[in-house]
Amino acid sequence: MSGLVLTDFSVAHGPCDVLRDISLSVGPGECVGLLGPNGAGKTTLMRAALGLMAHRGQSSISAMPLSLRAKTVAWLPQTREIAWPVTVENLIALGRLPHLAPGGTPGDADKAAIDSAIARMGLEGFRTRIATQLSGGEQARVLIARALAQATPVLMVDEPAAGLDPAHQITLMQTLAREADRGRAIIASIHDLGLAARFCTRLVVLWRGGIVADGPPLSVLTPDLLAEVFHIRAHIAQTEDGVIVQPLGLVS
Amino acid sequence: MSRALWVGLGALVAVLFAASLLIGPAGLAPVQALSALVWGDALAETLVMREIRLPRAILAMLVGAALGLAGAAMQGYLRNPLAEPGLIGVSGSAALGAVLALQTGLAAAHVLALPFAALGGAVIAVLVILALAGPRGGSITLILAGIAVSALAGALTSLVLNLSPNPFAASEIVFWMMGSLQDRSMTHVWLSAPFIALGAVVLLAQGRKFDALTLGEDTAASMGVHLGRLRLALVMGVASMVGAATAVAGAIGFVGLVVPHLLRPLVGARPSALLPASALGGAVLVLMADIAVRVILPTRDLKLGVLTAIVGAPLFLHLIYKTRRQGQL
Repeated sequence: MSGLVLTDFSVAHGPCDVLRDISLSVGPGECVGLLGPNGAGKTTLMRAALGLMAHRGQSSISAMPLSLRAKTVAWLPQTREIAWPVTVENLIALGRLPHLAPGGTPGDADKAAIDSAIARMGLEGFRTRIATQLSGGEQARVLIARALAQATPVLMVDEPAAGLDPAHQITLMQTLAREADRGRAIIASIHDLGLAARFCTRLVVLWRGGIVADGPPLSVLTPDLLAEVFHIRAHIAQTEDGVIVQPLGLVS
Repeated sequence: MSRALWVGLGALVAVLFAASLLIGPAGLAPVQALSALVWGDALAETLVMREIRLPRAILAMLVGAALGLAGAAMQGYLRNPLAEPGLIGVSGSAALGAVLALQTGLAAAHVLALPFAALGGAVIAVLVILALAGPRGGSITLILAGIAVSALAGALTSLVLNLSPNPFAASEIVFWMMGSLQDRSMTHVWLSAPFIALGAVVLLAQGRKFDALTLGEDTAASMGVHLGRLRLALVMGVASMVGAATAVAGAIGFVGLVVPHLLRPLVGARPSALLPASALGGAVLVLMADIAVRVILPTRDLKLGVLTAIVGAPLFLHLIYKTRRQGQL
């Protein structure tokens, strides 16, 4: 079983539950867009599922021992932290740490995974650049390449498209969709409904501590749901370029 | 590049260690001195070499390596180039233990009373810090606990000075706190070496985890780093090294701050590579400083800690200025 299964999953923040009795199963090949307004608990859901926060109920990932967890899921938090001026190549190589034997050095498989991640994120010309001196968008791509180099069956990303220019937003979403096609399970929290609808195979909407909608983009993004959860109305159309969702205004 | 760095640092340590053995007020000829050290063929010279210069050179190397490695580990863990080994309060508490030994006269009664009191201070600091910092693996609580312990140890040290019975006792304490390697014996080496070696083993084993922390605590945790265990290893390793170094040499500042900062660009900023490099770099800096205090003012007993601060502070200001000009700070 390589994916994520949450059963009766609850997360408390102080006395009140932020997430209540959530059951969710994401399998290989799925690219799941996690939607919800600010504060709906998207980040909390992912961090708790990873075992980074205390929770009740079962998560197939947090139940694993730490070393196995690191080989099963790669996590890309929203805060893009690069503490030291290391080269892009060395930074991406950090993704291989969970696969190295104690005291071992990176082998051919590790180098291949690093090269492949660099190629997939289009960072060939950046290898020897200092990661901290890159622009925010470039850093985001380097960090995504690090997560890809970890070569895990599950990939969880928090707001991966934030701060990227339109071309790189599309490239990123295409990369995630392609990784899903290759058999990975992808879970990405996204605020841009248009990107989510076009590139995800499935959308999950979090609201008031629970999942209020779960399914293919067009069946999830109904006018009623957009009005109730996001307080917006939007133009939704199925075109030959895929699903188009364009927010138009607020509903009062 | 990296190979040249290791060879260069290693050669520097060896050369400075030899220089430390050969430079001193007894004015022995180098060949005669080394022969006396190795073969023990001349009574007075052998005594000088084996009982005075050898322990001093070994301690300079050990203390320097301890401060450099502990500094690199603290910076790697906190992901902050301004972190230093004293931040968790161990050096302040070790100093308090030593000051109490001086004040009560225990230090005069037995040669090992002072270093043991200092180690006791370090152990108490570790227990208080671990209790204060709580069970979860965060770094913020560790810094806050360290600051609290440092402040308390500093205040109690001031209190001891305040209540000291006469100016001589007070000046003895003040001079001890300036840090020195003068008049140390092999007993000090045997006392500190196991703690420093143990701390070095513990900290060097964490290199890869510090690398993972480059990406932040959350990502490191998701990559299999147990943050709580890492923090425990850091506190134990740093306390063991810095506690032992302070116990035998007093408070020697700036080494743990400046050395990792100087060497970081030379190891590609990787925290795991910086650990052994800073150990060698710290040994180089303290050996140099300890030779300098003997050469500059041979008659005045210039204190080691004073010299490292006088040299270290401007060097550090220069580094800050350079970093600022490159727009990285």
